[in-house]
Amino acid sequence: MRGIKWLALLPFIGMLGGVFFVNQVTPLVLGMPLLLAWIVLWVLLTSVIMALIYATDPANRDHIGRDEARSHEAGR
Amino acid sequence: MSALLIIFVTMGLALWLGLQARRGRDMNLEQWTVGGRGFGTLFVFLLMAGEIYTTFTFLGGSGFAYGKGGPAFYILCYGSLAYVISYWLLPPIWRYAKAERLISQPDFFAHKYDSRALGVLVALVGIIALVPYLVLQLKGLGIIVSTASYGAIGPSAGIWIGIVVTTAYVMASGVRASAWTAVVKDTLILVVVVFLGIYLPIHYYGGLGPMFTAIDAAKPGFLALPASGQSISWFDSTVLLTALGFYTWPHTFASLYTARDERIFRRNAIILPLYQLILLFVFFVGFAAILKVPGLTGPAIDLSLLRLSAQTFPPWAVGIVGAAGVLTALVPGSMILITAATLLANNIYAVFRTDADEATISRLAKWLVPVVALVSVYFTLQGGETIVALLLMGYSFVTQLLPSLVCSLMERNPATREGAFAGVLVGVAVVAFTSLTHMSLATLLPSLPTWVHDLNIGIVALAANVVVLVAVSAVTQTRQAQHPLSSAR
Repeated sequence: MRGIKWLALLPFIGMLGGVFFVNQVTPLVLGMPLLLAWIVLWVLLTSVIMALIYATDPANRDHIGRDEARSHEAGR
Repeated sequence: MSALLIIFVTMGLALWLGLQARRGRDMNLEQWTVGGRGFGTLFVFLLMAGEIYTTFTFLGGSGFAYGKGGPAFYILCYGSLAYVISYWLLPPIWRYAKAERLISQPDFFAHKYDSRALGVLVALVGIIALVPYLVLQLKGLGIIVSTASYGAIGPSAGIWIGIVVTTAYVMASGVRASAWTAVVKDTLILVVVVFLGIYLPIHYYGGLGPMFTAIDAAKPGFLALPASGQSISWFDSTVLLTALGFYTWPHTFASLYTARDERIFRRNAIILPLYQLILLFVFFVGFAAILKVPGLTGPAIDLSLLRLSAQTFPPWAVGIVGAAGVLTALVPGSMILITAATLLANNIYAVFRTDADEATISRLAKWLVPVVALVSVYFTLQGGETIVALLLMGYSFVTQLLPSLVCSLMERNPATREGAFAGVLVGVAVVAFTSLTHMSLATLLPSLPTWVHDLNIGIVALAANVVVLVAVSAVTQTRQAQHPLSSAR
């Protein structure tokens, strides 16, 4: 699943691009200003996305798998 | 008086623990963190949570939330984005460093580009960037001592006390960080911040929602990004700058070499973003202070957390908050001091005096500690900057190392040593010029649109850096191709 790593772009888009749309105080979400709540959401999503990428990355398998994965990585 | 007493006792404790560590009598972390034991995992979890906190986050973050509002949220963003980048950036650096047995950040550049000159330049940039970082720790210490004395000790005297204690701590503990001090620091700061972040909004407003509603009513739009100044343009460029520069600091670079396995970096990329959420507690304190400790402006915004604590709690409790702040400034401060002194001795002096032996260099590094400390005190006493502004200045310098770093990790390095050198030089020059002359894009090119004026100067410098790097590399690349043997220096 080589395409999964492109998910890593989403936090950038969400945080840097999202501000254009959520740059306001109200409505409060969980007591926090909308802008803050949006950022908090993306912090959580970043963790989830990185977990997904980690789980599907062949470089993280055990030693045998890792050497095979190295030859894949060189082409990246 | 009791607040000050607690603080001085804490400083004494830190010094004592440092001495114990140097004598080999330190806490054995292994005993606490043996894998499989639930207690060990919780312990590591708490330690990592505490490590997030430095003077920057504790006083600077709350100060920025108090003084600027919405723009403070950038602090929550850049860590997460940096961790995403680290997933791919750190493993190749680690692998190369391991293969070449590198010790410091300048080593990396010097080896990759086969250029001692570049190594020296990288060391210089690292030192220049570390100065504002150290200054902000000293500023924090000065604030804490001054506030805990309830005004009896002036801010300048507080700063001198701070630097003496920091230098003493470095001399006492040496290069080996005390595990006990780290544990005490991390536990204390975590407890203090979580408590303050929950208690203060409830105590003064009845909860988060009511607090933010009250602030929005008193200062409409304050909790979001303004149209100019710290606008969206500022926000995005600052988040980008600090996310890119996160791992270009000399001490972070050197510490990543010590990882045992490259997978650690990838695993950290999953967990560490979650730790950033603890920053929310710091923000809440700063926000709580807005309507309760009004009137702090300019660099005084950094006083907000302590002032609010002094207003709310009895002196002994203020002492505990101050003690947490002291440790959060002392530990990173001493590490920065050691790093700067070592860079000067190992990566600059030793490059020019190749005959110098290990003992001489070590002694030089030790004596450079008070020198660097005094230089930093000079800048700290000049005052005038908020803690956040100081760290951003450091970032603007150190992030200039990124383009040549990234190029060197590619299969075929598109940058030549001349290109890397020129790029870093230009980037640093742009930042230095605007900092020293207190000019900005707005004053230099007033006809450009607001969003360009609001861009973080570090990003502008980075752009100039990349342009020069590409241009100079292109020129020197052709020269290298025509005279392949002349690349030997």
